[in-house]
Amino acid sequence: MKNRSLVSITDYTKEEYIRILDLAEEFEKQPTQKILEDFVVATLFFEPSTRTRLSFESAASRLGAKVIGFSDASNSSVSKGESLKDTILTVSNYSDIIVMRHPREGSARFASEVSGVPIINAGDGGNQHPTQCLLDLYSIRKTQGKLDGLNVAFVGDLKYGRTVHSNVMAMCNFDTTFHLVSPIELKLPSYVKMHIKNSNLQYHQYTDLSEVMKVADIIYMTRIQKERFSDPIEYEKVKNAYILTANMLEGCKENMRVLHPLPRVNEITEDVDSTPQAYYFQQALNGVYVRQALLATILGVK
Amino acid sequence: MENQDIRKELIVSAIENGTVIDHIPAGVVFRVMRILNLEAAKTQVTVGFNLESRKYGKKGIIKVSNKFFENKEINKIALVAPTATLIVIKDYKVTEKRQVALPDEIFGLVKCVNPNCITNHQQVPTRFSVINKEDLKLQCYYCEKITAKNNIDII
Ligand SMILES: [Zn+2]
Repeated sequence: MKNRSLVSITDYTKEEYIRILDLAEEFEKQPTQKILEDFVVATLFFEPSTRTRLSFESAASRLGAKVIGFSDASNSSVSKGESLKDTILTVSNYSDIIVMRHPREGSARFASEVSGVPIINAGDGGNQHPTQCLLDLYSIRKTQGKLDGLNVAFVGDLKYGRTVHSNVMAMCNFDTTFHLVSPIELKLPSYVKMHIKNSNLQYHQYTDLSEVMKVADIIYMTRIQKERFSDPIEYEKVKNAYILTANMLEGCKENMRVLHPLPRVNEITEDVDSTPQAYYFQQALNGVYVRQALLATILGVK
Repeated sequence: MENQDIRKELIVSAIENGTVIDHIPAGVVFRVMRILNLEAAKTQVTVGFNLESRKYGKKGIIKVSNKFFENKEINKIALVAPTATLIVIKDYKVTEKRQVALPDEIFGLVKCVNPNCITNHQQVPTRFSVINKEDLKLQCYYCEKITAKNNIDII
């Protein structure tokens, strides 16, 4: 894994996921370890994403690395029309690893081909965001104590949500039963369902969130966006059906946990925050440990 | 039957050495020529349109003298002409005859269907894996989206 870019969640094997999760656990116990003092981490955010950038920069800082880069393409040479290739070639002269987020799909794969240093994809348009996926796996394992034999429910926009697609693909490496809750218009694409079948796993589809409440070990909530509907009336019909409230949690498994990639809008009401099931804020914090594990592994110090 | 067909045509404008691409669906002959860069060819190229074919109705045929294609090169035409037959001629005799076959990977040639793909915005040559050969489906190496048969746009 040393010196290898991480562009897509499928770049790693099941064993490699586990290795990252184990290492992340070490960093959770001891987050500050100055093992990257000799390294420079570049964070190139061609589109702003404060949450993801801060998480990476926090991870790098806790390991003692220097961080360079930009948080928005508009105040960099990119706004003067520099090509992605030139930016990557230049920055790879100044850094040991590049974390990048870019609005175009496939940009991170391309960057990994031209870059002299490894790339970590922090989101390429609607395509991949593998560090989000790894932190979700970490959160699932941490709350359930295992990754095998779980009932995982995905709720909301299963059609366009890339987070859901990557997580389903990754969880297909484990003995998972999938519960897919969405409006008819936003069902999980058939190629992802095919992947579940080919992995000899089962999925069940629902339109009613209450149906999965008793069986789920994990409920992964996502946002339903109005612009995904061609007919605004359809949106109005379903928008309140996929909101999780505290009283819906009655009867759920004691150890069930609710995840969400954040930011949320209204799909989880605030009264859920104080229930034992709410895990989405810790989930975000886990991102720092997972990113520490990735930086340390790819830079070859762990 | 097939062989008689070929012999008949070879009589009309036989080539001594070279390649005949037969059974090209009507309407894609020019695209095949462009894919093989035959517009720039220095050797003799004979092109036939709207020929009667018992098997395919109207068909096209291209004969290229003194040119033998690499498999990698010729297989690209399967993108637009999956029924095409390749006939290699040496000393007026057919030495090889086969159906073109899609390669596993395609470099350049096809545009990615995804408007937000990096290949449609920066100078990045396209690259696809052929994930379904019967019902043509190409997966972009970069954005991972699938370009299907009805969306294929030859660059
Ligand atoms: Zn593409």
